[in-house]
Amino acid sequence: MTLTPEKPIKQVERVIIRFAGDSGDGMQLTGDRFTQQTAIFGNDLATFPSFPAEIRSPQGTIPGVSSFQVHFASRDILTPGDHPDVLVAMNPAALKANVSDLRAGAVIIADTHEFTARNLTKAGYDHNPLEDDSLADFQVHPVDLTGMTIEAVKDFSLTRKEATRSKNMFALGLVSWLYGRPVEPTIDHLTRKFAGKPNVRDANIAAFKAGVNFGETAEVFAVSYEVKPAPVPKGRYRNITGNLALSYGIVAAGRLADLPVFLGAYPITPASDILHELSKHKDFGVTTFQAEDEIAAIGAALGASYAGHLGITSTSGPGMSLKSEAVGLAVMLELPLVVVDVQRGGPSTGLPTKTEQADLLQAMFGRNGEAPLPVIAPQSPADCFDAALEAVRIAVTFRTPVVLLSDGYLANGSEPWRLPDVTSLPRIEPGFATGPNHKLDDGDEDFLPYLRDAETLARPWAPPGKAGLEHRIGGLEKSDGTGNISYDPANHEHMVRVRQAKVDRVAETVPDLQVDDPSGRARLLVIGWGSTYGPIGAGVRRVRQRGFDVAQVHLRHLNPFPRNLGEILARYDKVVVPEMNLGQLALLLRAKYLIDAESRTNVRGTPFGAEEMEGILLAALTDLGIADASDNPIDARVAEEALR
Amino acid sequence: MTTPIDLGLPTPGTAGVPTLAEGQQLTGKDFTSDQEVRWCPGCGDYAVLKAVQGFLPQLGLRRENIVFVSGIGCSSRFPYYLDTYGMHSIHGRAPAIATGIATAREDLSVWVVTGDGDALSIGGNHLIHALRRNVNMTILLFNNRIYGLTKGQYSPTSEAGKVTKSTPMGSVDQPLNPVSLALGAEATFVARTIDSDRKHLTSVLSAAAAHRGTALVEIYQNCPIFNDGAFDAIKDRDRKADAIIPLEHGEQIRFGPPGEDGRGSKALVRDEVTGGVRAAFAADVPDEAILVHDAHNPDPSTAFAISRLTDTGYLNQSPIGIFRQVVRPTYDDQVREQAGPRRGLDDLQALIDGGDVWTVEEDR
Repeated sequence: MTLTPEKPIKQVERVIIRFAGDSGDGMQLTGDRFTQQTAIFGNDLATFPSFPAEIRSPQGTIPGVSSFQVHFASRDILTPGDHPDVLVAMNPAALKANVSDLRAGAVIIADTHEFTARNLTKAGYDHNPLEDDSLADFQVHPVDLTGMTIEAVKDFSLTRKEATRSKNMFALGLVSWLYGRPVEPTIDHLTRKFAGKPNVRDANIAAFKAGVNFGETAEVFAVSYEVKPAPVPKGRYRNITGNLALSYGIVAAGRLADLPVFLGAYPITPASDILHELSKHKDFGVTTFQAEDEIAAIGAALGASYAGHLGITSTSGPGMSLKSEAVGLAVMLELPLVVVDVQRGGPSTGLPTKTEQADLLQAMFGRNGEAPLPVIAPQSPADCFDAALEAVRIAVTFRTPVVLLSDGYLANGSEPWRLPDVTSLPRIEPGFATGPNHKLDDGDEDFLPYLRDAETLARPWAPPGKAGLEHRIGGLEKSDGTGNISYDPANHEHMVRVRQAKVDRVAETVPDLQVDDPSGRARLLVIGWGSTYGPIGAGVRRVRQRGFDVAQVHLRHLNPFPRNLGEILARYDKVVVPEMNLGQLALLLRAKYLIDAESRTNVRGTPFGAEEMEGILLAALTDLGIADASDNPIDARVAEEALR
Repeated sequence: MTTPIDLGLPTPGTAGVPTLAEGQQLTGKDFTSDQEVRWCPGCGDYAVLKAVQGFLPQLGLRRENIVFVSGIGCSSRFPYYLDTYGMHSIHGRAPAIATGIATAREDLSVWVVTGDGDALSIGGNHLIHALRRNVNMTILLFNNRIYGLTKGQYSPTSEAGKVTKSTPMGSVDQPLNPVSLALGAEATFVARTIDSDRKHLTSVLSAAAAHRGTALVEIYQNCPIFNDGAFDAIKDRDRKADAIIPLEHGEQIRFGPPGEDGRGSKALVRDEVTGGVRAAFAADVPDEAILVHDAHNPDPSTAFAISRLTDTGYLNQSPIGIFRQVVRPTYDDQVREQAGPRRGLDDLQALIDGGDVWTVEEDR
């Protein structure tokens, strides 16, 4: 079935749609299906699911609103978008919670069936906003989504409650028509998903088709829109979330290193999906252990690493706090271990379902003693795959725990992923100890568990089972070479410094950073890490469209920093550091490079918006005397002319 | 190759661990590392170390396939003194680390050495969960009823009222009974022995090593510096007959000075009032009323009742031996059974290519 709308079609470059409803209305599923259709159609896209920490908040209330935003375009895009062009509001609370984010003139599709006096009161309305002029800035389409859904599925002998559950598919059908989305993938999906429940399958498909047909025939919508496919390199693609990409990265790393993978984890939002996903892949040599607590989770993973497996533990901020002591032990034991921290709003329990980047300093310094370890961060959902491979490469090569800092936005957000050819991915060499590595004065050979590789300073990895390599390791300071307990002051000083030097040497294996500075004339550098990559890129694009020069660089390696970072920072008159914390990377950059890096932060639990980032950059350009803070594009061009 | 015959016997704890070549025999010396032992003179740990070094050769296993993991405390220095693979980890976490090792590697004989503070206080959670999961490992819990390494604070097994550096007016904590705790956690092997009785200690170690699953062995161990004499009642030549209640599977539970039949003059019988067990003079009760110890009973209630005969205050009486020894599938064996055939890069490509995939034929 291909849509052949008879109504006029308007071309648009990009669209932002937000589906919003009650937690039980299936908005995440609806958004996910729309995203799949859009991905298959060939648009570039970015998504932003947002949901409460409670599984079912009181129905119809604002705290219970769940939403899914998707931004898609005929060009490459970097963020889920700031201001939706379309809001689908399944009830009054969903309208109230989201209307302030809409751009002027946006389309609102509201389910009139749910705009009852009772629901309006629950949402805090004293009038029905669909019936007064409070929404005059928008194109409001009141549609009885629920009523029409019930009508569409009446032949399938469902209870009224079951029937109304398909209303999200009606809404999906309507919006799919509005933007010319291919509908077959969703019909196929529903057919597969409800194969065992024919009634539910048929009802959902009927509701979905009814939504499409309603858009096409009803007089409500005068036009539909077309967003052409985006220019992308050829290849095979799928849409992927950060947690799934990270999980695949770990599975892949295990195969590329030819090591069994052992994940120790304790359920925690927003990291649990990594545990769920990896538990499906036992046939790739992945063992998952749902531990009694966060400490046991890392303890078992470290035990598995000691035994020669690839130990991984996944968690979020509160779990990181609990794991600190064991991470310190891993630093001391010098065994490979990847600690995945899917950051969320903190401190303490904080905002379990919202994003933040405030665990950077915890990852860097959250242990007793001098306990350095490499820290790396993915920059987009699909990039979580590559970042996981890099974390494992470093952990195995340097025999060290590595912290991989994802966040809630990357974890649940999605984007198209160009599928790698796995045979072309670099192998990871475990390089287990095979025999004695040292000759005694009397000519006998023995094994020194802390004799280091001259290049990497890594110690041998000698899992049990090899005769002649029996050795004891532990958390007490150990003598250089032998690993025996040592309280010798000079030895301790040496060991502290050599552990630091080993981590510093990771930088030798990291390629130089590439600065994005097309004109080569920029005086302003914006630097970020992790999930701010998209918003920073979007802000940079906007500022460049205004005719300004701005350079962008983004860090995957946060410890150690890439070798050429200091030289890059010194090149610019101003360095701005946007982060979703109170300036943690800025603190590190200032401390290490003695530069006046300026921190620009947001801790609202949501990513920076493109417009917000544009404002940050314009303000910085204004400080430099290049732009005008009045944010007027004409003034800005004048300023640019004056500069030349 | 002969077809193995399933005789319905329990799988030994060391099944899957490589054994020494025919005719090869190790000695205690082979298990002695080059590290100087640094416990206080007179510490009970010496006796346990000697017993373990003497016992390990009996297993006939390859030394490189034996791993000792410990936490923090005096007893946790144990791995340094054994010439096997070893890890001296962090406080209380040894059962968790050993769970990872045992689950990852079927070919390793995994031992945990811990103490009353390490296992029952800071690491209580890990101990409980290791026991209920039944991970194939042996946990040696050295119980000296005191914190030794931190110089003499009361521990979770110290008697109430104990005056220590941190409890100058006497401890008001109710002590834990490690055997009761383990039985409550549905451990499949629970035993108690004494540092000074090498023969008994060795026999319990042997049974524990043969057990597939988590074996918890509580070892009464004297700390001569901070809690000297804590176990005097059961070590004293004159008192120990009354103090030790020996548990032998299939035997009547008799203790006390020998009676006319040459066996202990006291016995354990059902306590009709409490539903537990109590001591009685053997001569005062019918022979069939005397409890016959059944360590293999799937129901742990009687074993638990027997464990309650241990004094919570100063120790005057304690059952010693194997309380419980039952067969239950182990966590690690079941995890390994779930593992499928190991897939390679082709399958990996198929995995990541799964889901809704689309192809862009030309750069656009």
